[in-house]
Amino acid sequence: MSVLELANISKHFGAIQAVNDVSFTLEAGQVVGLMGDNGAGKSTLVKMIAGNFRPSHGTMQLEGKELVLHKPAEARQHGIEIVHQDLALCNNLTAAANVYLGRELRRGFGPLRILDYGAMYKRAGQLFAELKSETRPRDLVKQMSGGQRQAVAIARTMLSQAKIVLMDEPTAAISVRQVAEVLNLIRHLRDQGIAVVLISHRMPDVFDVADRVIVMRRGRKVADKKIASSSPEEVTGLITGAIEQVG
Amino acid sequence: MAVTLDQTIAQKQHTFFSRLFANQTFWVVIAVILACLFLSFATDSFATSKNLFNITRNVTFVAIVALGMTFVIITGGIDLSVGSVLCLCSMVLAVTMHAGYSIEIGILATIVTALAIGAFNGMLIAYLGFPPFVVTLGMLSVARSLAMVASNNTVVFQFGPDHQKLLALGGGAWVFGIANPVLYMIILALITGFILRWTKFGRHIFAIGGNEHAATLTGVPVKQIKVAVYMISALSAGIAGIIQTGWLGAVTTNLGTGMELQVIAATVIGGANLAGGVGTAIGAVVGAALIEVIRNSLGLLGINAFWQGTFIGGAIILAVLFDRIRNFRRSD
Repeated sequence: MSVLELANISKHFGAIQAVNDVSFTLEAGQVVGLMGDNGAGKSTLVKMIAGNFRPSHGTMQLEGKELVLHKPAEARQHGIEIVHQDLALCNNLTAAANVYLGRELRRGFGPLRILDYGAMYKRAGQLFAELKSETRPRDLVKQMSGGQRQAVAIARTMLSQAKIVLMDEPTAAISVRQVAEVLNLIRHLRDQGIAVVLISHRMPDVFDVADRVIVMRRGRKVADKKIASSSPEEVTGLITGAIEQVG
Repeated sequence: MAVTLDQTIAQKQHTFFSRLFANQTFWVVIAVILACLFLSFATDSFATSKNLFNITRNVTFVAIVALGMTFVIITGGIDLSVGSVLCLCSMVLAVTMHAGYSIEIGILATIVTALAIGAFNGMLIAYLGFPPFVVTLGMLSVARSLAMVASNNTVVFQFGPDHQKLLALGGGAWVFGIANPVLYMIILALITGFILRWTKFGRHIFAIGGNEHAATLTGVPVKQIKVAVYMISALSAGIAGIIQTGWLGAVTTNLGTGMELQVIAATVIGGANLAGGVGTAIGAVVGAALIEVIRNSLGLLGINAFWQGTFIGGAIILAVLFDRIRNFRRSD
């Protein structure tokens, strides 16, 4: 059974048809590269899965059950996590504080419940170690490299038992060495049986880490095939429209 | 491999002292101590118990309001209405008690007034997206005007049946000869420090100041928290108003005029950043103390009072200058 199944999903904003009749499935432990030019509808599609937008038409099923999301918190409760393009980090807080932002651990009882610094540092440290990232839980995010920041944002998705992790351009603004680090983080999520959707403009990243590639053009899905049976040339053709549609 | 990943992660980046020396509040404390030492030797009148009693008590009104302002400033906001709110709250207390009600009812009415004003400011800012500067600037004008309306612009100095209780509350010294306002300030500072460091609410305030968008995306109730911080700020002005009324024994409609600027100066000198995301309770108190010590010392040293503004302004700029220098070094 697939983790997530989208059937005939459409989204329009007034007269603008952002996503048009898109269907696909996500499998556990699979990395899917989602590619397309600016305005192709990638972000809108992902935002519907993350609960930011509601689809105008079509249905989503999570592990065979109908999924209707009204806000991002509900998506999170269902095990759908998103790593935003700008990472959504607070520079003035520590790595651990950012990992736990919005779901801080507390101890004590009743109204007198205080933040459990110890437990948060410990668990955040474990997550960074799992991710094989040189990130210290007590360091402020403003002192961190791009790769470490990605690790913080990704560690956030590992707090609860995530089934699906959506990543919006995680390698867009970081150095070459850090890109390799982030791709390793993605492989790590995959090895834990998490389905990963990777939105990216960077062809080498997608061909490096993804199992499947979905190409969108002007709101429609124009390709959905295994990386092994595709090529960067073909994907470029699909993105630009030189190749109309495959598979 | 010589250094393992675990060792790197376990390595501490800052020692206790390096963190202390990088702390603006620490240097302001040093400045206050040095100023006090210097004044103790330079003048006969500084280190007298009467003068110290005066200084500590004078610090408290600005410091208490600065504690509330710290919450607002950490979220990246500003509250310009505190001076007027203090005046209106004092007036509500004075008028209520003057009309023959008990001190309890007077204080209740005052606190309700403060919370209502804070909620109004906060709602406009959080839910309607008004800039905090504009909303609280408007409230600065409205609250002072309402204080004039409430009192018909007269001085109120008779507080009904509980007159003596009110004077004792603000003017007494119940524990070890420490002025009551100082005790209130210490208690409020401890509460503020606790909230900022140990509660989820405090953590979220810092998050909003650091990156409001990120706080929203991660599910922090940003709007509710913003309303709450403006309520806290107004409440602190109300509390300071109650205490100051008891201490002065009279309320005029020019009480707290220009106080907002002193309060903001105190928080900034104490290390809060007007861009948001940084601030401490101790910083607010220490900042207020430095301002008061400067003011007091100029008087004792026989320097013309017209110079006060220059020295206090200089202290603000100097305190922030240290912060800028640290940032330059870091960005090198």
